[in-house]
Amino acid sequence: MGRDQLWSYILRRLLWIPFILLTVSLVTFALGRFGPGDPVRVLAGQRADLETIQRIRQERGLDDNFFVQYARYLRGIFRGDLGISFKYYGLPVTEVVLPRLWVTFQYNLAALVLIFALGIPAGIWAATQQGTWRDPLIMGTLLALAALPAVLVVPLLQYIFSLRLGWLPTGGWEVREFFGWLEVGLFSKTIVLPMLALGLPGAAGVARLTRAQTLEVLEEDYVRTARAKGLRERVVLMRHVLRNALLPLATLMGFAMAALLSGSIILETLLGIPGIGSYAFEAVFARDYDGIMAIVLIAATAFVVANLVVDIAYAFIDPRVRLEGKPQS
Amino acid sequence: MTPPQEGMLPAPGAWGRLLRRRLAVASLMVIVVIYGAGILAPWLAPHSFREIDLANTFAGPSLEHPLGTDRLGRDVLSRLMWSAQTTVIISASSLLLGGLLWGTGLGLLAGYLGGRVDNIIMRLGDILASLPDILLLLIITATVRPRVTDFFRDVERWTGLEGIVESGAPDYILVFAALSLFGWVGMARIVRSQVLALRESEYVLAARALGASSLHIILRHLLPNVSHLMVVAATQLLGTAAGAEVVLSFLGIGIQPPHPSFGSMIFEAAGPRNMLAHPHLIFAPAAVVGALLMAFSFLGDALNDALSPRRR
Repeated sequence: MGRDQLWSYILRRLLWIPFILLTVSLVTFALGRFGPGDPVRVLAGQRADLETIQRIRQERGLDDNFFVQYARYLRGIFRGDLGISFKYYGLPVTEVVLPRLWVTFQYNLAALVLIFALGIPAGIWAATQQGTWRDPLIMGTLLALAALPAVLVVPLLQYIFSLRLGWLPTGGWEVREFFGWLEVGLFSKTIVLPMLALGLPGAAGVARLTRAQTLEVLEEDYVRTARAKGLRERVVLMRHVLRNALLPLATLMGFAMAALLSGSIILETLLGIPGIGSYAFEAVFARDYDGIMAIVLIAATAFVVANLVVDIAYAFIDPRVRLEGKPQS
Repeated sequence: MTPPQEGMLPAPGAWGRLLRRRLAVASLMVIVVIYGAGILAPWLAPHSFREIDLANTFAGPSLEHPLGTDRLGRDVLSRLMWSAQTTVIISASSLLLGGLLWGTGLGLLAGYLGGRVDNIIMRLGDILASLPDILLLLIITATVRPRVTDFFRDVERWTGLEGIVESGAPDYILVFAALSLFGWVGMARIVRSQVLALRESEYVLAARALGASSLHIILRHLLPNVSHLMVVAATQLLGTAAGAEVVLSFLGIGIQPPHPSFGSMIFEAAGPRNMLAHPHLIFAPAAVVGALLMAFSFLGDALNDALSPRRR
């Protein structure tokens, strides 16, 4: 495929992104506005009189036409204004969401490291053991782990590591402060449980891909040549097999990152971590319209961009990939 | 799901290969046992799922209660069986509505008609697939639930039928309808790609030359030839729907108490203090759900290997 084709493909994909985000935001906006419950009553408290409620409704523009409200919301986004949180008493949504995104990002990053640190060696090892009982055993174990949702994994890990062994706290999020403003939770024991809960099930995908890739590369002529030269098996694996097998894995990174976000709702609610997932849960029940919108838009953007990056990276890494054959989302 | 006939399979002997994979057979047995227990719960369960016995709470295993009782003295074994029934209802109806009706229907339409219809359907699928489903399911079920309940209250009033809301039916309908909204994409993609390939094949051309209608071609010639791939997608869909129901009920927006669900059983028993005091209350439902989801995963994997020769 020529360079020109690649660029036109990327351009088409980029043009498609705003359309997806618009559709998603419109649907979410409508669900929030037409859903039951009145956030103003939640905000104003039980003793608020009708006048106060009316005043807040007017201030927030909640009495306007649906499309007027939606247009106003869109205008706000372009000014970096994601609205005001109902749940957190009038704080701007950006101020609520950003620190929480940072928390979620940290343990997701830790989980991502674990996924690759565990998945790649497991995949390579399974490939070299093909034909013995060890290959199906390790792949089966990982596949079994991958099938378990966070609802099951988190209590199990809590029970083993916190309650029985007493090594880890059962939840929460401790931070260490740097430069007086940067709160980092990476060095605290509280990050271990979320890291394991996301990382162990996630490793299966990486291991499976690594195994398939390694098996494919092991069949290549240059591996046979390397072996024929009398190179030791370990050198063949490290120098020739690994390098070629891992290229496609690079693309998995972006996608894994985005996919991890959706696991965070259960995880954070169970472990009491103040991240974006627990806010999503709170926001839905507090009818925090603007908060829900912000979370959905962030998640959708992450997904769409990750998908795009993955596809483009594939095309760059492996020129044989034909983009026309794929859905042009 | 009847097994596709031998002649229709792209790879002969696929079922034999599948049977040779003992893990797949074991998985199938796990699924059959759990689904069987769910379907037969009204006859097999020793107690009702809502039978409260406050004099006998948190009891250990006994002859009367083989798996003990929970915080309200309800029989854990019976609640597990009734929860399995919830899983059966939700996953089977999601499969029917989302997989077979939406997925196959839209996939056939997109593949057969092509052009603009194809574009609209598949782009819609791309959008749905590019969103974090749990978050959207959370929003949908949380915002729509009161409306659905109100609607069924109205239905009760109009028709004079009583007990629709009481029976929990609105919850079940809401959950499987929401799951179906997302569940069709995988099935539609598989069906579409297969139909695209078959549309130009000689026997379809021959049928058209004989004057067969589009509907006839779709039902008689295309559908039977994609059915083996649909089995793979259906297995995945069953597993996903079962897992999603557990998660939704765990979050308190799926099946509502007193109607039993593995999700709400796990929720009630979760938390450090509960787990330390009564570990069996969380591990009993967790073990069943875990076994079921693992079985679906293994079976899907094995089916994929057996039915698509490309990936062997």
